[in-house]
Amino acid sequence: MNQDNKYFDLNRRKFLKTSAIGALVLGTYFVGSAPRAIAGVLEQPSELAKRANLFIALRPDGMVEITCHRSEMGQQIRTAIAQIVADEMEAAWDKVIVIQGKGDPKYGDQNTDGSRSIRYNMQRLREMGASVRYMMQHAAAKYWKVDPQTCTANQHVVTHSSGKSLTYKDLIDLALTITPPEADKLTLKTRKEWRYINTGMAHIDLADLVTGKAIFAADVREPQALVAIIERPPVVGGVVKSFDASATKAVNGVIDVIEIPAPKGAPQFQPKGGIAIIAKNTWAAWQGRKALKVVWDDGKNGDYNSEEFKKSLLKTVQTPQANIRDKGDAMGVLAKSSNKLVADYYAPHLAQAPMEPPCATAMYNKDSVDIWAATQNPQADMKTVAAMLGMDESKINVHVTMLGGGFGRKSKPDFSAEAAYLSMKVGKPIRVQWTREDDIQHGFYHAVSAQHIEASLDKNGAIESYLHRTAFSPITSTFSEGATTPGSFELRLGFTDNPINTPNMKLENGDAQAKARIGWMRSVSNIFHAFAIQSFIGEAAHKAGRDQKDYLLDTIGPSRIVDVTEQNATYDNYGGDKAVYPLDIGKLRHVIEKVADMSKWGRELPKGRGLGIAAHRSFLTYVATVVEVEVSDAGDLKVIKSWVAIDAGTVVNTDTVKNQTQGGSIYGITTAISDGITFDKGRVQQSNFHDYRVPRMSDSPLEVEVEIVQSDAPPAGVGEPSTPVYAPALCNAIFAACGKRIRQLPIGNQLKA
Amino acid sequence: MITLTINGNKHEFSGDPSTPVLWYLRDELNLTGPKFGCGMAQCGACTVHIDGVAQRSCVLPVAAVAGLSITTIEGLSEQGDHPVQQAWIEHKVPQCGFCQCGQMMQAASLLAANPTPTDDEIVSNMSGNICRCGTYPRIHKAIKSAAKTMASVQYFDPNEQGEKV
Repeated sequence: MNQDNKYFDLNRRKFLKTSAIGALVLGTYFVGSAPRAIAGVLEQPSELAKRANLFIALRPDGMVEITCHRSEMGQQIRTAIAQIVADEMEAAWDKVIVIQGKGDPKYGDQNTDGSRSIRYNMQRLREMGASVRYMMQHAAAKYWKVDPQTCTANQHVVTHSSGKSLTYKDLIDLALTITPPEADKLTLKTRKEWRYINTGMAHIDLADLVTGKAIFAADVREPQALVAIIERPPVVGGVVKSFDASATKAVNGVIDVIEIPAPKGAPQFQPKGGIAIIAKNTWAAWQGRKALKVVWDDGKNGDYNSEEFKKSLLKTVQTPQANIRDKGDAMGVLAKSSNKLVADYYAPHLAQAPMEPPCATAMYNKDSVDIWAATQNPQADMKTVAAMLGMDESKINVHVTMLGGGFGRKSKPDFSAEAAYLSMKVGKPIRVQWTREDDIQHGFYHAVSAQHIEASLDKNGAIESYLHRTAFSPITSTFSEGATTPGSFELRLGFTDNPINTPNMKLENGDAQAKARIGWMRSVSNIFHAFAIQSFIGEAAHKAGRDQKDYLLDTIGPSRIVDVTEQNATYDNYGGDKAVYPLDIGKLRHVIEKVADMSKWGRELPKGRGLGIAAHRSFLTYVATVVEVEVSDAGDLKVIKSWVAIDAGTVVNTDTVKNQTQGGSIYGITTAISDGITFDKGRVQQSNFHDYRVPRMSDSPLEVEVEIVQSDAPPAGVGEPSTPVYAPALCNAIFAACGKRIRQLPIGNQLKA
Repeated sequence: MITLTINGNKHEFSGDPSTPVLWYLRDELNLTGPKFGCGMAQCGACTVHIDGVAQRSCVLPVAAVAGLSITTIEGLSEQGDHPVQQAWIEHKVPQCGFCQCGQMMQAASLLAANPTPTDDEIVSNMSGNICRCGTYPRIHKAIKSAAKTMASVQYFDPNEQGEKV
């Protein structure tokens, strides 16, 4: 074994010698801000490795370590990244090991939300994999003194046209002498040559998940770790006025009681403050917390009542608001119309409620902190912890565990900051465990929203003019204290990019206060925007006396590319180049037609049954869903079956896409049947799964049939796009089944009336 | 002192007898397969078998299981190959996987008591276990698969060790 290894200096494009135990390691550099891949060989382990984003390490024993720098929360990103790299490098799958990357800006973006892991990374991962394959071919050619073109890499083996072969393991040392190719010299595999990409292969963590061996945040066992449970201010912005911990301290196992400072300014991802009970074990901390007495000063949000707020939001959308998109003369046509449809829609706050409540373990060591957390965005943990502890971000080591679901909640690392602060104060490792009540009552909630839509229909029933006003508590308020206007990043989610084909359209947005912490929840404001738009189209179809599906197709109009920026709108297309990811009505039509076929749309149904349809583009992906329901005479709702057609461009793992699409659909049931999160006196009124209902098997269809549109287009989002279409498809189905129109969520008792 | 059997091994517990079994398993014995999801028997992530029957360990005091036998996912099978676990792999059920140990323990208990459950029986038996990822259709299919396997194959049942009564 060559102990005198080399690394490739990417700046000087030459090898330098080092003396550590070596492996062939490949990474990419970011050139400026563009994530262009350049292959390089680096030696590891070494400080030098920090200079590149290490993604592939071919170990001396022939095993390939592939780094996953995105958080795993059920979307099987660890498997997808390995599929891409292993395919291009021609690695044997049984020689692939996935390493979870720590939080580190060297990887580029690690914020695992917005359904963009594959979109952001597929190309550079392919290039890195192909670089290894190139180097293996060239190393073998050098050894045999033959033309590299006569050498083929296949499943960890390079074979010469004469039939002789060498394994990747044999070639590591020689490969270190091969200059890595420039990205533009690489030959990526053709789609036909893919063996892992675009298959439904089993995910790499499956065996661990079914045996209880997978390590989630609360499963991290740091020796000496104490457990903290925290009593937080019930109202956002509230502070501790006084507290009495005498009974708490008398609980056997309780070690300490520590006040966490109140946040300053906008919430951002800061802890809410409160009183932490530190104990030997979880149960002692739990008992100690029950014995704690705290008097709170609720602050300015102590008056928040969501029922009152609902009225004010619905009032806001009755009057003209800030212009977002404007085409033709919507108001003029509406004023003259004698055939109008007017509807107001409302959707409540929701909590993401991942099965694993937030949890993090932190170990403070004077000049650094180690954190093990269920985080969607480890770099946000680094920033938040660094700010709270007054340390440099580079000293915060964030180890990402498996996430027991995320859905947006875990991109906000207040729990990691709590753990880090308490570890600093106590001088021991601390595991902060949120209870379910903490999760439901101290979250970053899905925005509450009201919308007003009116349209005039022409003599054929087509929408000739369309006005849509939206008002919702904006996410901007989480980052800018008192903000009442949403960012374009919120409005772009299903509002600005409304697909209705009409000569006159006016879209407006009204300000709204946020008196709770507002955050992303799976598909974010697409949820209420798609609910309103797709429900409204269903209502208009009925008014026009048309079939829902036919009317939907006619309403979005013929296949064409739509550029909403031509209608005085600000629209960033999810950060996707509009030449690569245009708003393509043809694709939206295609998924509608496909799902109609799948569900045998138009078939006869027994009394009490109904089909509903909805279609929506989000995260650059096109989804259409049909839901079949049964509504009994007593108003009991049963979801019979769902069908989903999804066009997400190129997909890496077909089974994962199906699983995500099934799950995203069922998550969408939450938006319809959940009781929602309500507030009184600034306090969340729900506390656990008995009063914040989420779908159970009995609420779920036993079959969600998914078809993936085969596409060569670049990859788009997968984790979120099946969620926003669900509630409107369900409500359209309910209308078809029993004639009751749901304009306000949750459905609650509306079918019983 | 409370004695009990966990995954076939005898244990003695000397802590607060009101401690829920879940926290004893997780905090003291480092058996982290059973998960904490709600703390009030609403979600089923903590499901274990008490003398072969699925129960929620998050609300069950250790005092209540004195002398009884507890099986966690770690003890469901030696090789991770209980028919339910095999069916979960066959149908690629898990997404995040956090709830799945509880789901599988619930399913194994259901099938032990009722080897041929109807669709509705599966739904009513499994509706105490929440999966936020929404894998219910796959869980349902996997249970039907496991039932078929169990009808045709003898398998090791940790609760039937030794002489049958």
